Parts: sequence; C-alpha cells; structure tokens
Amino acid sequence: MDHSSLAGRIFRGVALALVLVFFMFPIVWILLMSFQTNEQILRIPPHILFEPTLANYEALISGQLRTAAGNLEISFMRNLMNSFVLSSAAVLLALLLGVPAAYAFARFKFRLGESIAFTLLSFRFAPPLLVLLPLSLYYQELGLNDTYFGIVWVYQLIALPLILWIVRGYFEDISPDIEHAYRLAGHTWREAFTRIAVPLAGPGIAAAGLLSFIFCWNNFVFALILASADKQPVTVGALAFVTASGIQYGQIAAAIVLSVTPTLLLALYAQRYLVEGLSLGAVKG
Amino acid sequence: MAMLEIRNVDKVYRSRGKPPVHAVRALDMAVTKGEIVGLLGSSGCGKTSTLRMIAGFESVTSGEIALSQRRIDELPPAKRKVAMAFEGYSLYPPLTVRENVAFALKAQQFSRSEISRRVEAIARLIEIEDILDSFPRAISGGQQQRVSLARALVRDADLYLLDEPMGQLEPQLRAVLRGRIKSLLAERGMTAIFVTHDQTEASALADRIAVMEEGVLQQFASEKELKNRPANLFVASFIGEPPMNVLETEVAVGDGGFRLSAGADIVFHIPGDTLSRAARLALEPGKRVRVGIRPQKVAVGTGDIRVRVVSNQWLGDQSHIAGECAGKLLIAVTPNRIAARPGEVIPFALEPRHLHIFGADGTCIRHAEGG
Repeated sequence: MDHSSLAGRIFRGVALALVLVFFMFPIVWILLMSFQTNEQILRIPPHILFEPTLANYEALISGQLRTAAGNLEISFMRNLMNSFVLSSAAVLLALLLGVPAAYAFARFKFRLGESIAFTLLSFRFAPPLLVLLPLSLYYQELGLNDTYFGIVWVYQLIALPLILWIVRGYFEDISPDIEHAYRLAGHTWREAFTRIAVPLAGPGIAAAGLLSFIFCWNNFVFALILASADKQPVTVGALAFVTASGIQYGQIAAAIVLSVTPTLLLALYAQRYLVEGLSLGAVKG
Repeated sequence: MAMLEIRNVDKVYRSRGKPPVHAVRALDMAVTKGEIVGLLGSSGCGKTSTLRMIAGFESVTSGEIALSQRRIDELPPAKRKVAMAFEGYSLYPPLTVRENVAFALKAQQFSRSEISRRVEAIARLIEIEDILDSFPRAISGGQQQRVSLARALVRDADLYLLDEPMGQLEPQLRAVLRGRIKSLLAERGMTAIFVTHDQTEASALADRIAVMEEGVLQQFASEKELKNRPANLFVASFIGEPPMNVLETEVAVGDGGFRLSAGADIVFHIPGDTLSRAARLALEPGKRVRVGIRPQKVAVGTGDIRVRVVSNQWLGDQSHIAGECAGKLLIAVTPNRIAARPGEVIPFALEPRHLHIFGADGTCIRHAEGG
C-alpha cells in the first residue's frame, strides 16, 4: 500500500481506528468493570479513573458471592470446567463423525448425498428454540436430561455441520489422484484416507475444530434448558449473578473476562488457519 | 501371450438429471507382454476412462479386464499390480521428490539400500537427480511431470499406465526422454499403455497404436498399418499430417471398372480387378462414396487436374501447397520447392491407385496400393 497518498493513508488509519474502537470498546469496558465494585460501576456519570479491586475475581474463584442479603454460593469455577469438558468432548465427537463424513461427501457421489449434506447444514439455520421444546421432552424420555452425554450430543447440532462443510471443501481441494497414486502403490483405501487425505486437510480440520469449539463454548440456550446447575457451562452460570438483592455487575464482568479469555487466546493463536479454512470452505462449499 | 486382455468392456457414466454418457463402448483389446501401446484420440474419446478402468479408479459397467491371466476388474487398485503416472502429476506435497518416488517402493517392502539404489537410477534416467531433495511445490510443471513418471516407472508392476506422460515437457527434452523411456521399457520387457493426443509421440513410443473416437476403438495396429491401411474414414483422416484429402464422389460404371467423379473436373477410373468382391458390391452406380488421398501422394506439376493455388508454404524440408479445384480444397506435400504464387493455376495429379475408397458407413473398402 506504499503507493497510496498521504491523505489516503491518514484516512485509512482513522477509519480503522473507528472500527476498532467500535468493536473493542465493549470488551475494554467490561475489562474495566471487572475491576470495580458495584457502587463504582453504577455511578453516574461513569468515571474512567477508579481504584481497582480484585474482589470480583476473588468472589468468583472462592465461590462466595457477598451480597447485601448475605453470602451466596456460586459455582463459577465448576461452570468454567464444564464449558471446557462439554466443548472439547463435543468437538472431539464431531471430528470423529464429521471428518469421515466430509470425506465421503467430497469424494463419492451417492444417492441423496447432496440432500443429506444440506440437511445437516440446515441444522445451523433453524433457531435452537424451535427444536428445544420437543428435544427436552425426548431427553426426559430417554433419560438424557442433565447428563454430560446429552449436552455433548445436542452440541453436535452446532459442531457437526460446521466441521462437515469446512472440511469437505478442503477434501475437495485435494486432487483425488494423489490418493489414487498412493493406493496403486499397494495401500488400502483406509490408509490413503488416514495417511494422505487427513494430513493434507489438516489446516482445514484444525480451523473447523477451533471454530466449532468457539461456537459450542458460546452456546447458552441448549444447556440452559437441558442441564441443571452442576452440569451447566459458564454462559448459563453467569445467570447466578442476577440475585435477589440486585445484579452483581462487577462479578458478571469478571466472569465474562474469565470465560472469554480461553476462546480469545485460541482464536488469536489460530487466526491464520481460521481465515484460510473459512474462506476456502465458503468458496468450495 | 496376452498380458492384458480387455474383453467387451463398456463404461457408462450416469448422473442424476443428465442423460447417461457412454464413454467406452464394447472395447476389445489384447496387449502382449513387453508391448508398448499408445491410446490415441481427441479429448473425450474414452482413452482416459479406459486407463482408469484398468487402474481401478473407475468400475467397468460391463465386460472383463484380465492382467497376466488374473481377472482384475473387481480387485482394489492396490492388488492389481499396475503402476500409473497421472496427467495432473499428483505428487504428495509434504514429501520431497525422493520420498515421493520411494513411497511406491516402500509398500513392496524393499530394503532401504535397494530403494535408494532404484530411486537414484530412475532419477538419473529421467534427469531429476538435482531436484531429488526439493518439494513438489518448488519445482516446475515439467519437473513435476517427470517425477510422476519416475514414481510409476520405479515400481515392479505387470503393467505401466502413463496418462499424457510428456505433455508438459519442452520439445527437446521430450525427444530425449521418449528415447530413454522406450529403451528402458524394452530392456526390462515392461508392458505399458500410454495415453496421448500427440501423433508424433504415439508413433515414436508405441509398438501399436489404438485409435479411439467416441468411446469406440477404431483401429488397433502399428503406425505403418494405420497410415497405409486405415480401417475407416476416421482413422484415415485422424492419422497423418497434414490430414488426408477427402472428396465425395458419385459412382458410375464404365471402362471395365468404375468411374468415381467429384464434379466434372475430377474423375477417377478404378479398374474392377483392383477391387474385392465386397467392394464391387458396395459401389452401386448412382451412389455417393468418399475417397481419400494422402497429401504426400498428390503429384504437383503434372496431371490433368488444374488447381488454383491458395497457399504455398516451404517448411524447410517440404512444401505444403493448398489448391482449389471446383470448390474443393486439395493439399499436396512435395519434397521440392515449388515456385507458385497464390492465384496461379498449376496441375495436380491424383492417381487412382493412391486412392482409399470408403463405403457409406465410413469403412474402408479399398486401400491405396502400397499405402
């Protein structure tokens, strides 16, 4: 961009800064809030300068929420743990099921193939609330209500279509003749899949896994309905801060900071793969 | 003894909402051990489908394929003992050239030293020694193609399939490699089938050439046979450079034979005794048949056909002269330089003994004398 004029460069800088402020301001504000007491937060007008306190984080980590009406037990750390377990297990399962399926959709033309693939994708279009009521009835019948397995299963609605469609694009991008050459050299079809196709689609699989991890992590409504307190992830756990004696804004902010951090770090680390994987999936899918 | 036998093989591609595509029709072909066969044809003629059915990436719709007396059309590719060089090279990007060539050998459980000896030998032959440790991404298309060729030829297989093996190479290198590959194949008695659309390559490399068109094997014979005794009009006009002159003529009987006339100016007398019985029956008076004559057999400067020169090119060792006579374009090739400018009228001689005569369905009913 060194050929653009000075005015152009300044304009670009200003525009970028505006966009950045627009998107980053809420996060910065939350970060500031997490170091303030409820009284400091609720002051009008708000102050940028304040005496920071770690009380919110203390309360979260110790699990003791002090409110005007007395001490409350909260299980934020447990929720955080649940988020980890649920999201990782869901992504793992989705990879196990989705990568072979994506390969099949990319390589073989079979009856109803496109329709099945599209149906799987359509799970992402339907608002979750639409399926939640019947789903919760089924879950009660099946005894899946309030189990880790049940939530991991319902998370497949989020993770599986994503992985399927992104990874499929990657597989389609690999020339089938590379696998053919490998198979002609005396290897089985399965070896060609595990040793040639999967490693070559590696970045795509990583991107899809990462993205579906973030989507699972951010999910709120499935776990809200289908799980009870001790199995709920952070997104639902944060509701505990809306107490009888008022809303604990400081702790909510601290909880948000803690729950956003892992996915944020993950996304920053794998940014390159994400962009690459998603644009490829979009073009090919 | 037949190494490869293709018996009555059909390939039909069906996809929903589209009419089925009949890519290969009733293909019968037998390749003997140590033979090099070229599959020649324009794109979409079924040659690559045939190759992929032999390799096992496409199933046969009907028919059988046998390789060294084993039926292979139901076997997975890994068990067919077939090596293949792909048109799109298909090198494995995370591996170096050396590893790419070697991975075909690893499955055959050769010792480490044997593998490296073989890889070095083939690399020397195909001139990829200096790029053995590069990655496929870092080398040119021509180099990738040679690596892909090396990866196929390094193996011990019953049959080698080469899909457009030299399409990306520079002409000089192509000529050199053609010679080397041919002697490698001959020396080791390797049986090979290669696909090409380049006639020169097919004639230079192949012992026999199979000409395909629209999924049908038109003729399977040596290059000389294809040139001198084409089975039908397609082979006649496909093989040979420049293509054969083809004229439509009307049949009449007379002078103890037949008179084939392509307009008032071009009339051929074919003595009846040069024709087979079947040919005589096919030439019914009043019918229209096509005749063909190789441009090399058209004599320039003599004869009774007067043509107006359209173009006259001296190619350094031969002249190509295109002339028009009664609305028909005739091409002549002579080894001499001819001083004729466009627009001038010169005589051409088309001798009846040099004519190929094709029946109504395109089959050749009489070949030219001595080709």
